[in-house]
Amino acid sequence: MKPLIEIKGVRHAYQTDAGPLPVLDGLEIAVPEGGFSAVVGPSGCGKSTLTRLIAGLMKPDAGEVWLHGKRVRGPRATVGMAFQNPVLLEWRSILKNVLLPLEIVPTKLNRKQAEERARFLLSLVGLEGFEDKRPSELSGGMRQRASLCRALIHQPDVLILDEPFGALDAFTREDLWMTMHELKAREPFTGVLITHDLRESIFLADQVVVLSGRPARTQYLLDVPKSGPRSLDDLYTPEAAEQLNILRHQIQIAQGRAAPEPEAAA
Amino acid sequence: MTGAKILRSVGVPIIALIVFLLAWEWLVWYRGWPTFKMAAPSDLPPAYMRHWELFLTMGWQTLWRTVAGLLLAVLFGTLLGMIMGFSRIMRDALYPLLVGFNAIPKATVVPIVALIFVGQHDFNTVLLAFMISFFPIAVSVSIGLSTLEPEYRDILRALGASQLTIFWKIALPKTLPEFFGALKVAATLAFIGTNLMEIVSPHGRGLGALFDSGRTNSDFPLMFAVLIALAFLGIVLYYIVVALERVFAGWAERAPG
Repeated sequence: MKPLIEIKGVRHAYQTDAGPLPVLDGLEIAVPEGGFSAVVGPSGCGKSTLTRLIAGLMKPDAGEVWLHGKRVRGPRATVGMAFQNPVLLEWRSILKNVLLPLEIVPTKLNRKQAEERARFLLSLVGLEGFEDKRPSELSGGMRQRASLCRALIHQPDVLILDEPFGALDAFTREDLWMTMHELKAREPFTGVLITHDLRESIFLADQVVVLSGRPARTQYLLDVPKSGPRSLDDLYTPEAAEQLNILRHQIQIAQGRAAPEPEAAA
Repeated sequence: MTGAKILRSVGVPIIALIVFLLAWEWLVWYRGWPTFKMAAPSDLPPAYMRHWELFLTMGWQTLWRTVAGLLLAVLFGTLLGMIMGFSRIMRDALYPLLVGFNAIPKATVVPIVALIFVGQHDFNTVLLAFMISFFPIAVSVSIGLSTLEPEYRDILRALGASQLTIFWKIALPKTLPEFFGALKVAATLAFIGTNLMEIVSPHGRGLGALFDSGRTNSDFPLMFAVLIALAFLGIVLYYIVVALERVFAGWAERAPG
């Protein structure tokens, strides 16, 4: 089957005063429809650049980004995004914040249906009864939940998550991991998750892409088996420990703190 | 709001005002100052009674010209702020000019303006009110727009929204708190502009002209009465801006506690 998201040989550099700063070099990622890939890598390796490329907010210097068999040449309405900062609009209620994308994207839903859908999504993430609150009245975790609803309201083909749980405390983060699984069961989506948290990557994704240090290329691919950790207890099994160990080792290689094993030994 | 809260929000300023007037009255009485040195609050009501018609017509002239200048400043300042907020090049180009223009004492501009537009009293006065008050608006709008976090842009841009849509839906409302902060400053500045023109280049209109006639007739209580009337108009305009702020940017106010 043809992957829904395909990143082929993408290379990108930022122009700085000290000359071009290459951040991505020969990136290869493929995410099948309904798949969920996590991208991990050392700090500053160009992970956020990757999200902007997939969203069509930037054009790569070389290489191609394909979505649904079409080359990405600019922003498209079929993408949903959530960032580490929930970026809710303070002058709107939570409900109106969730409805924001429908004011941009053409939609078949009328006003009432749109509102019903927003309320449905909010109830899925446990924000029933908070529809009319202002963002400042919600906790950080609740704001991030609302931001996920906004990313999904227009039924995007692709959900791009740029460290959405990075600023939350550990317990709230684990809560939101569970919410993600519930959301995915009710509202299937294809997703790319940028994260620093290896446990998060194997818990949420079915494929973990390890990027090398800057300029980043695809260094390692870990397929998380379908039977992989899907409840918090599963994170403390020997299988999960082994996957985490592999990833940790790969990150150390990417950071240049461990030597890659010779091909023959692998 | 509960009764106690209303009492506090209205009562406290009124008590402060009464204390201020009493202290003023006492100071003049205690030092035995004549009115040409300092008029006492008790001198003011007679001055208002004697000239109440003049206060009404001239107060209105000052008020409408100030508001007209302020509205022009809002339009022009917002436009200029948008240009500087969205374009780095324009910001670099315009900031020194703007700061330089703002540094010119406006009292020196009065005779020049009065000469360029001879006899156009209303126009001159509005122009000066405008010139003195657009600067804070332009600066606040440009800073508000240029410090907009890129993620705010991205959530709409990723959906294919145009720059104009992003401005209307995000940049503009997000800048409103800064805008209203600047508007409060601009509103009081505009009064200074109007009165500069009315006093430095008097043409028989506005409270500034009334002040000037008080000076030429040695009617010192009248001069003080004009100052207090100006302060009153300033307070009225300020609270109109505050009311508008509540309506359009009330969300920026943190709940107390």
